[in-house]
Amino acid sequence: MATTALFFIFAGIAIGCALSLVYNRNPLYSAVSLIGVFVALSCIYITLAAPFIAAVQILIYAGAIMVLVIFVIMLLNLDDDKPYRRLGYLYALGGFLGIVLLAQTFFVFWAVTKTTKPAVAGAFKAEETVGRTMSIGTNMYTEYLLPVEIVGVLLLMAIIGGVILVRRLSQPELELVVDNELARRNEAEEADDYRIEL
Amino acid sequence: MELLKQFFPLIVSAVGIVVVFGIVMGVVAYTVLAERKLLGWIQGRIGPNRVGPWGIMQPFADLLKFILKEDLIPDKSTKFIYFLAPVVAVTCAMMPMIVYPFGPTITSIDWGFLPFGIGQGLHALPLVVARLDIGLLYVLGITSVGVYGIALAGWSSNNKYSLMGGLRSSAQLVSYELAMGASVLGVVMLAGTLDLSEIVSQQTRSPFKWYIIPQFIGFIVFLIAAFAETNRVPFDLPEAETELVAGFHTEYSALKFALFFMAEYINMFTVSVMCTTLFLGGWYVPGLSYIFAVGSIPYAIFSFLGFMAKLCGFLFLYIWVRGTLPRFRFDQLMNFGWKFLLPLALINVILTVIIVYLVN
Repeated sequence: MATTALFFIFAGIAIGCALSLVYNRNPLYSAVSLIGVFVALSCIYITLAAPFIAAVQILIYAGAIMVLVIFVIMLLNLDDDKPYRRLGYLYALGGFLGIVLLAQTFFVFWAVTKTTKPAVAGAFKAEETVGRTMSIGTNMYTEYLLPVEIVGVLLLMAIIGGVILVRRLSQPELELVVDNELARRNEAEEADDYRIEL
Repeated sequence: MELLKQFFPLIVSAVGIVVVFGIVMGVVAYTVLAERKLLGWIQGRIGPNRVGPWGIMQPFADLLKFILKEDLIPDKSTKFIYFLAPVVAVTCAMMPMIVYPFGPTITSIDWGFLPFGIGQGLHALPLVVARLDIGLLYVLGITSVGVYGIALAGWSSNNKYSLMGGLRSSAQLVSYELAMGASVLGVVMLAGTLDLSEIVSQQTRSPFKWYIIPQFIGFIVFLIAAFAETNRVPFDLPEAETELVAGFHTEYSALKFALFFMAEYINMFTVSVMCTTLFLGGWYVPGLSYIFAVGSIPYAIFSFLGFMAKLCGFLFLYIWVRGTLPRFRFDQLMNFGWKFLLPLALINVILTVIIVYLVN
């Protein structure tokens, strides 16, 4: 009973925040709404007896990724008077994806009601350990080791990519880059002159 | 009666939250006074001594002043976020306090005196509001959300000094969060759990079991990162007076400023609790179990006092450092965080992994 009530409260908050995320013109308001969505989701995870996932949701999405998003918004200081009409074709795409999502939800709902519930003893035993930190760790490093390793390599690639993008060039390299850029610009200017002459 | 019996644990939790809130607020109020007194002594002054004997009523006078002052709101600010920011800051600072283990479990009370038999089945009274399996992650996660209070305050005030303060602080907090998270990994590996109460109970056999001994590097990294996470001197760049007026809270006045002020001191309390719990054995006082029976009320009281003594040691360290050290420059801060502290924490993690593997 209490769990159902909590679910509806947090689901309502999540949906409200998601709507405000989509409808706000101010990007910072959208970002703050997205944080609201993440927090409400993590509360739902707690009611589903998955505290570890809830903590990680807060720690990574709300605590780290959204900080960077807000950082960028604060630095860019976007003006909110842009014409939105040029993105009109996305309405059709969005509607289509929405219908697909709705169909998926109904399918999951239908599939859950069709399956028989597991025996009471088994369900109780599962509740004891599933979702605990220890069981998640054990599963990650035994049964799901390959996906974990793949994700690790992927993240390492992203880190190396980031480091390469922001590294400071040495003096000769920097001169080379600047020379190339200047040469490109000169060509472009010459081409422009040529066009004007024509 | 059945209903009352069912809701009894909830009532106990609610009472526990109120008590913990009172303790934290009391400590926070007197940390402010202690800071002003100690800074006075360090700088050869007397410090506040007008309100009450030795100035002990000063925190209440300060609070009254904050409540009664005019609350100014900048005309061009983003109103909703301007209101939201201090609320976020202080809420995120307060939320972790439910998982702090303040003392041992009391087992000697007979709960039969409670009416209607609601005490049946109750044997132990743990001195912690909620024992979470993910206690440590919970604290780290909630405190990491506290960044928004500062960042949004800086942005919504529509003031260049506030904005610079907010930007600096979000960069600083995100950077030092990594080092902080990596520095506690060693303790988590040695303890094999994220539950703070369990981490403490593993250190309660002797002071040589305290994790400060095998995890000395982790302790130092955690302490330095904690200074940065709480925006304290020498890492108080978000509110560097000489450059940024007052940083992110330049435009805040009256009670909203008081909320930021409170959040900063509660955060100091939080990291001091974490230092004590993770590295210094929490509420464990060596030799106390020979004097009092484990689980009795005096044992719990003296354990709690030991916990508070360790905590106040860290709070004193904070104030002492503030009175002694100058401020970092921003590029020095970033280089120190990313190029020294984070690698050191990662080396500590690798060393711990090797040692744990060899021992097992």
